[in-house]
Amino acid sequence: MSERALDGVKVVEKCSFVAGPYCGKLLADLGAEVIKIESPGTGDEARKRGPFLHDNPHPDLSGLFLYLNTNKLGITLNLSSSTGRSIFKRLIADADILIEDNPPGRMEKLGLGYESLKEINPRLVITSITPFGQTGPYRDYKAYHLNTFHASGSGYLMPIGSPTFDREPIKGPGLMGDYDAGLSAAVATMGALYWCGVSGRGQHIDVSKQEAQMALDKIEFARFHSEGKNPTRGPSAWRPHRMIQGKDGVYILLEAGRDGQWQGLVKAMGNPEWAKDEKFSTEQGRREHGDELREHLVAWASNYTADELFHMVQALGTPSAPINSVEKLLNSPHIEARQFLVEIDHPVAGKIKYPSRPYHFSHTPWSAERPAPLLGQHNEEVIGRRLGYTDEELVKLKEAGVI
Amino acid sequence: MNKSALAGIRVADFTWVWAGPYAIMLLAYMGAEVIKIESAKRIDSSRMGSITTGQSFTGWDSSSIFNNVNLNKLGVTLDLSHPKGVELARKIVAISDVVAQNMRPGVMDRLGLGYEDLIKIRPDIIMLSSSAYGITGPFREYTGYAPHFAAFSGLAYMTGYADGEPNLFTGSTDIRSATTTAFAILAALYYRQRTGRGQHIDLSSTEALSVLIGDIIMDYTMNQRTPSRSGNQDTAVAPHNCYRCRGEDKWISIAVATDEEWAALCQVMGNPEWAKDERFSDSYHRWQNQEQLDRLIEGWTVNYGHYELMERLQAAGVAAMPSFTAEELFSDPHLREREVFTEVEHSVMGKQVVMNPPWKLSETPARIERAGPLLGEHNEYVFGELLGMPRAELARLKEEKVIY
Repeated sequence: MSERALDGVKVVEKCSFVAGPYCGKLLADLGAEVIKIESPGTGDEARKRGPFLHDNPHPDLSGLFLYLNTNKLGITLNLSSSTGRSIFKRLIADADILIEDNPPGRMEKLGLGYESLKEINPRLVITSITPFGQTGPYRDYKAYHLNTFHASGSGYLMPIGSPTFDREPIKGPGLMGDYDAGLSAAVATMGALYWCGVSGRGQHIDVSKQEAQMALDKIEFARFHSEGKNPTRGPSAWRPHRMIQGKDGVYILLEAGRDGQWQGLVKAMGNPEWAKDEKFSTEQGRREHGDELREHLVAWASNYTADELFHMVQALGTPSAPINSVEKLLNSPHIEARQFLVEIDHPVAGKIKYPSRPYHFSHTPWSAERPAPLLGQHNEEVIGRRLGYTDEELVKLKEAGVI
Repeated sequence: MNKSALAGIRVADFTWVWAGPYAIMLLAYMGAEVIKIESAKRIDSSRMGSITTGQSFTGWDSSSIFNNVNLNKLGVTLDLSHPKGVELARKIVAISDVVAQNMRPGVMDRLGLGYEDLIKIRPDIIMLSSSAYGITGPFREYTGYAPHFAAFSGLAYMTGYADGEPNLFTGSTDIRSATTTAFAILAALYYRQRTGRGQHIDLSSTEALSVLIGDIIMDYTMNQRTPSRSGNQDTAVAPHNCYRCRGEDKWISIAVATDEEWAALCQVMGNPEWAKDERFSDSYHRWQNQEQLDRLIEGWTVNYGHYELMERLQAAGVAAMPSFTAEELFSDPHLREREVFTEVEHSVMGKQVVMNPPWKLSETPARIERAGPLLGEHNEYVFGELLGMPRAELARLKEEKVIY
C-alpha cells in the first residue's frame, strides 16, 4: 500500500446526511482515520435515502450512504447520555479534527462546545457546518438543501438563459449544494490542520452552507455593483454557447463567440460557404445574427452524433463538449482511462462501482481501503479495544442506549 | 500581529481565467503569499472581459471579475516565450512551496517549467496542474472551461425543468473545480509538512464536478438507471419547490419532509380545506400529487411577500427561504451581521464590494488584505526585493520586454 497524504490524521465525525459526511469523506479518502459517530438505532439520515441497491430500502444499501462513508470506521454513540459524552471526550482527546453539524448551541448545551473541548485537547480543530452559521438572525432557521441553495442566491440565477420569467428559479442537480458545503469546509479544515502543525494549536471553524454556496457565484453577484442591476435567469442577449442536438439527439455545446474559437469551428465544419459571410466575421456580428447562425449549426450538426462533433471540433483546438447523462459519462473512454470508477466490496451490498477522485497525486494516490461501515460496526474496535471497555460493558452500554 | 494559517507559504501562480486563480486565492485568503505570473503578451481573459455577459473592460486594470478571483495576490509580468523570462520564472519557483498552473497539457513542459524540470530546482516542490480532463487519458489534449465541465461531467444534463433543456449553469462550475484544487494542494502541503516530500497533482475539472453528483452516479452503477432533470423536485419528499410570492419575480423555497412539518405548514396557511384532502394525507401521497400540491400552495404564497413568509414559516418550524437576488444578499441583515461582505480599495476602480472568505476561523481568521494586482504591479518588490535584482537590471529587462 502506498503512503497516503493524510496518513496519521485522526478525525472524529459527528455528522448526518451529506455536507458533514462529504467533508469527512474527502479526508478519509486521502488516508485520514475517520471515526464516524452515528446515533444508535437509526444512524445517519442518509441510510434512509436512495438510491437503494435494487430499490431495497435497507440501511446498508443506500448508494448515498455507501458513497459518502467509504473509508470510515463507524461507531454508535448517544450524546444525550452522560456516559456517551464521556466516551466522546475520550475520543476527541486523541483526535486532530472534529467535524460536527449540530444546530448552533447544541454542543455547548451538552458541555461539548469548543471552549470545553479545547481544555481537553488544545490541538483540536473543530469544523462546524450548519445552514446559516453559528451567529446571526437566521442561525436557528430550518433549512434543507433546497432552501440553502436558494438562500445563497444561486437558485435565482437558474436555469441560466431561461426564455422567460414565468417559471420558478431552480436548484442545481441532486444534492450538489450540500457537497459544495462539505468541500468548502474541507479546505478551511486543512488550512487549520496545517497551522496546527506549525503552532501546536487548534481552533474552531464556522462554516455556513449558505455562504459556501454564495462563494461559488460571487462573480455573478458582483455584477449587481458593476452593472447596477441584478443578474437573473432571464433571457440573455449574449449566447456564445450553442446547445445543439446531434443526430443521436444528444446535445453538444459549440462555441461561436471569440474569433479564435469561431475560426476553429469553421474549419471543423469544412469551411462552408455560409460561414464566409461578412455578417459572421465578428463576434458582434455573430451575436446580432445569432438565430441565423444557429440554424446553420443545427443543419450541420444533424449529420453527426454528439461525440463525433465533440472530437471533430476538439481536433481543431476549440472547446466543445457533449451534454452527458450519467450513463453516457460513465461509458466514455475517458472515465475508463482515468480509472474514475473503483470497485469496492461491501459486506451487505456486495461489489459495486463507486466514483473515486478527480485528482491524481503522484506520490500519495487516493485509495479505497475499506467499505462504508455497518451501523456500529467498529464499536468493539474503537470503544472496546482502544478505550478499554470489556465485552460485558459494551453490552451494558448498548442496553442503556449509550451505543 | 494577525496570525495566518498559511503564513510562510509561497505560491508561484501561473494560472489564469477563473478556475485556477480562484483556487490560489483561497490559499491567499489563509495567508499564503501568492505571486501571480502574467504577461502583457498574454493577457488573462478575465482582465479583458466577461465570458458570461460579453462585456468588455477598458484597459487591463478595470475588471471586477479579475479582481474577484485574484484578491490578496502580488502580480508580476514575465514573457515566458523568452528564455530569460523562463529563467526568472524558475527563480520564483526556487523560493516557492507550490506551483499552480492551468495551461493546456504540455505547455509548461515545453517551456521548461514542467514537474520534471521544477524538481531539479526544488525537490520538494508541490505542483498542481489543473485541466479540463486531466493530463492523462484520450482527452488530455482537449480544452474547455466552465460550461464544458458542466456539460461533460453530467451536471448540466441533470439541471433544468423536467420538461426543459439541460442547463449549463453559471461560471460557478469553474469555482467548484477551483475549490477542489485548493483542497488537493492543502493535502499535499500537509503531507510535505509531515514528510518533507512534494509531488505533482493532476486535477481534472470535469471529474471534480462529477463527484458532486456521486449518489446519482451510484444509481447507475447499482441499478443501471440514469435519471433526468426534475427542476426543484426531490426524489422522496414534497412539497419541495419554489413558490411565487407577491411582487415582481419574488419566490420562496419551501421543503417539507415530515408530517409534523406538513401540519405546521397547513397551520400557517390557515388550515385550508384542500389541505385535508386524501391526496395530501401523508408523505407518499404528497409526493405522488406534488404538481397539484404545488399549484395549491402557490395560490396561497402569491398573496404574501417572501420575507414575511420566511418569518412566519420559520416561526412555525417549516424550512422556507426566499430565492434571494444579489441585491437582497447585499442588504440582508443576517449576512450583514456575519460580515459576509467587505470593501477593498482598488487603485483604479476605487472601492469594490467583495465577499469575505466563506469560513470563520477562530484563531487565524481568513481575510482580504488587498485588491487584485494591477498588471505587473509588484515587479519591483518580487524581482528587486525577493530575488535581489539590482534596479538597473530590472529596468533593462523591462526595456527588453522580458519583464513584460
